[in-house]
Amino acid sequence: MKFFTEENSSLAEEIIGRYPKPRSAMIPLLHLAQEQEGWVTDEAMAEIAELVGTTSAEVLGTCSFYEMFKRHPVGKYVINICTTMSCALMGAGDLMEHAELRLGVKSGSTTADGMFTLEGAECQAACTEAPCLQVNYRHQYRVTTNQFDALIEELSSSDHEVPEHGVLSQIRQHIPENRFVGVVPPEDVTAAPVWLNDNGSDQ
Amino acid sequence: MSNQDLSEVTVTVNGTKIEAQPGEMLIAAADRAGIHIPRFCYHERMSSVGMCRMCLVDVDTGRGPMLQPSCMVPVAEGMVVDTESDDTKRAQEGILEFLLVNHPLDCPVCDKGGECPLQDQTIAYGPGESRFVEEKRHFEKPIPISDLVHLDRERCILCDRCTRFADEIAGDPLIQFTERGNSTQVLTFPDEPFSSYFSGNTVQICPVGALTAAPYRFKARPWDLEETESTCTTCSLGCRISVQSSRNELVRYLGVDVESVNHGWLCDKGRFNFESINSDDRLTTPLVRDPDNQRQLLGTDWGSALAAAAEAIGQVGPQGVGIIGGSRLTNEDAYAWSKMARSVIGTDNIDAQLDDGLPAEIVFGLPPATIADACEADTVLIVGPDLKEELAILHLRLRGAATKGRTKVVQIGPTVTGSESYAQHSIRCQAGEAAKTLTELLGSGDPLAQQLRDGSVVTILGRASMAESADPAISVAAVIRAELPHATFLPALRRGNVRGALDMGLAAGFLPGRVRIDNPSKALLQKWGEIPTEQGLGTTEMLQAAVAGKIDTLVLLGADPLCDFPDRKLAAEAIQKAKTVIAIDNFVTASAAQADIVFPATAYGEQSGTTTNIEGRVSRVTQKITPPGSTRDDWMIATELAWRLGGDLGLTSKEEIWREIEQVAPSHSGITFERVTSDEAHEGILVQQSSIDLTLPVPQDTPIADGYGLRLISGRKLWDGATATAHSPSLQHLAEPPTLKVHPNDLQRLGIPSGSEVRVISTRATENLTAVADSNVQRGTAVLPFNQPGGGANRFIDATAMINDIRIETL
Repeated sequence: MKFFTEENSSLAEEIIGRYPKPRSAMIPLLHLAQEQEGWVTDEAMAEIAELVGTTSAEVLGTCSFYEMFKRHPVGKYVINICTTMSCALMGAGDLMEHAELRLGVKSGSTTADGMFTLEGAECQAACTEAPCLQVNYRHQYRVTTNQFDALIEELSSSDHEVPEHGVLSQIRQHIPENRFVGVVPPEDVTAAPVWLNDNGSDQ
Repeated sequence: MSNQDLSEVTVTVNGTKIEAQPGEMLIAAADRAGIHIPRFCYHERMSSVGMCRMCLVDVDTGRGPMLQPSCMVPVAEGMVVDTESDDTKRAQEGILEFLLVNHPLDCPVCDKGGECPLQDQTIAYGPGESRFVEEKRHFEKPIPISDLVHLDRERCILCDRCTRFADEIAGDPLIQFTERGNSTQVLTFPDEPFSSYFSGNTVQICPVGALTAAPYRFKARPWDLEETESTCTTCSLGCRISVQSSRNELVRYLGVDVESVNHGWLCDKGRFNFESINSDDRLTTPLVRDPDNQRQLLGTDWGSALAAAAEAIGQVGPQGVGIIGGSRLTNEDAYAWSKMARSVIGTDNIDAQLDDGLPAEIVFGLPPATIADACEADTVLIVGPDLKEELAILHLRLRGAATKGRTKVVQIGPTVTGSESYAQHSIRCQAGEAAKTLTELLGSGDPLAQQLRDGSVVTILGRASMAESADPAISVAAVIRAELPHATFLPALRRGNVRGALDMGLAAGFLPGRVRIDNPSKALLQKWGEIPTEQGLGTTEMLQAAVAGKIDTLVLLGADPLCDFPDRKLAAEAIQKAKTVIAIDNFVTASAAQADIVFPATAYGEQSGTTTNIEGRVSRVTQKITPPGSTRDDWMIATELAWRLGGDLGLTSKEEIWREIEQVAPSHSGITFERVTSDEAHEGILVQQSSIDLTLPVPQDTPIADGYGLRLISGRKLWDGATATAHSPSLQHLAEPPTLKVHPNDLQRLGIPSGSEVRVISTRATENLTAVADSNVQRGTAVLPFNQPGGGANRFIDATAMINDIRIETL
């Protein structure tokens, strides 16, 4: 049984073609798998291993290194509330408590309807806008408890622009082969890159 | 810049100047100079990764001392190193304190305790106490990561040795670091075990007790073990091993690092089949057929069994006796049987090979190569069996040389093999037609043809399939000798000491020392007396002669023709027709069960002597435990039988036998008993190149397959029904059941769904098997492993045919 849909299978082939070695396509393919299912299933990892010519264990090793690849089902919307210093000072604790009560789940869990996964997260680089959170990695700034409730209402309706968890981009780019930058396999590199020679100082 | 020779650099370590090779890592240079730097992750046979930081030392390259990991710092001229500075000691204490943060310190219940690098180095370099009072991380322990290896993640210090081995050396990256930071752990993919043929090596190189081998777990404590260095005789490669026992029972084999052969690695079959030696199924007393009930064997005493055997041999003339087998024996045992056959019985009907290798004259007559030659050659040409399945460590050596770019591997064969992943070219040919393909290749303008002509070439030559005769391989040799005269050969022979047995004259037409039977030396005649001058019969001919009633007494010298000879029907008929079958073995094998007299022989680990690997390298086999029951060494059985036949071999000990071999075998001249038992034998001693005349026949065309048949291809698997594997409890279930693999289009053409039962028809048998579609199989061929439990390919093979075809039908 194939994991990737027909459309994604051909996309996977295209992605692999962009690299001098198939193995380099492992992370982009993990993104593609997460986009298809919302999370990375074991079947997906096994199929990616086959596509890039390695073992499932190697794909698992790579996949599990990155927290943003989810290896268990998550909600349609993953809400990360920042719990690091600035946000903590500005009431992230209260916000988290409110979020838990509002959604009826503890941090780290998913609502029964499969809509929301609530998580605490490390600094999201928006300290001037504390307390902040992300919905599927899209920022929301200076979030109050009321705004949180409104956010949940909005996400529960269809009137918003946040795509489902796993979607990297709503616009798919296709780079035709003649516009590839011409990557050279590492073993075929014979000379230093042009920019290094021009500079003349790097010797 | 000094005028110093650029080939060496001088480094000062702890005030002593040492010489080092440029590019060499500091830790390796220090090792050679006898200065020990503690380490966990560094391993001399693998790339450096600098994971554990235990080898930090003070390095001064002119900018003042600085702590650097000595496994990652290449030596440089004028480098000043202090491995015992205060900073180094503080670093070592710090690293050990960190490594022990999560280590459970369950040493009293840990198999590694007593031989554990973490334990030893904590005592030698550790701080003595820890500031860590928090909770250690906890994991379920231990979890099986394969049938043979258990993983305890709590003990793991994440040194990357096992994962590096799996990826870099074995080429089976089935274990990986998963997760990150404090959660990092070694794991397999769910439901995809670490089923590598080399998994046992990870247990040996694990610097803590995180990886343990199922056959050894809780069997012994390291300080109770006795050990001796020996040579593995599971296959014909001769890996050096340390044989370890506890209370007179073999409990573990470890790989010993020798440059010439195995680099310290072992395959799992060689590593774990010691279980068979301890098996309760071992034959411990002579057996004879019950006169009242012909269907059963009865235990008896040596005297009556020997008398019966001597009578059976003495009754028939010399031409009426055939001796098959001998590759289980040590060189000394093989010599005794060779002498016994020629000088006492007076027959030359003797063959150590079961018609599954190459004729002795091919083995002796082709210019020889060593494993090291192969690993350094410009091109290694493999025309023979799947090395990963049959000579696993040779596969590992070639893989290492090829992935490091030292050599290029080119294989020509009818099937996908384990060498595919590292081969420069894998050329698929029709079964039995490698010579034709090679001729075409060399005649073409392909750059590969030029590569073969211009550079050094080592050919690994053997039979690609048990379903073909030796002719296709001989044809390949003929093409190479004619077209590539600079090429040398490494014969891919099957089973233990087969090369040694051939060297000792367990081959029709050859006397010890690779001498033809019509040209014996004076020294030999003096010791042997009168010997036959006509070449006798090989295994296939002997079995045919037995069927024709010309051979009445068959001696099976550790051979099991019913399982190992390519043609089961011929073997079964021969055993049935022969008046007396005498088997000498460790177990009641399928053939021994049909025998009239069975002698129990001592097994590996219970006898001393020498063995010779496929290169012609002689190394020691040493005794570690006492043999069970009344088992005897094979040479003793030969001597006793000779005595009862009115002869005297004049041999009273293995040492004496070796001294006689050294005198009578020209190729072994100079390899004295003293040399064989000295430290020199650690790497093995190469037997001199032989110089027999060899005329290779003109390559023959392979018969054309008819449109209905499928060409049968049958190689051996590492895990199969081999006697030692079948009697090792940890290994016996690893062999897959036999399935016939056919190309999907061929199955479709016949309207057979994959995975269904089919009728397989050959000239020898009609039987049912499961057929599976496999797009790796060439069209027009069918692949069936030779000896899987539950049905071997030998039922379908006609040993007299150059190539075998089968037909399949729906039921």
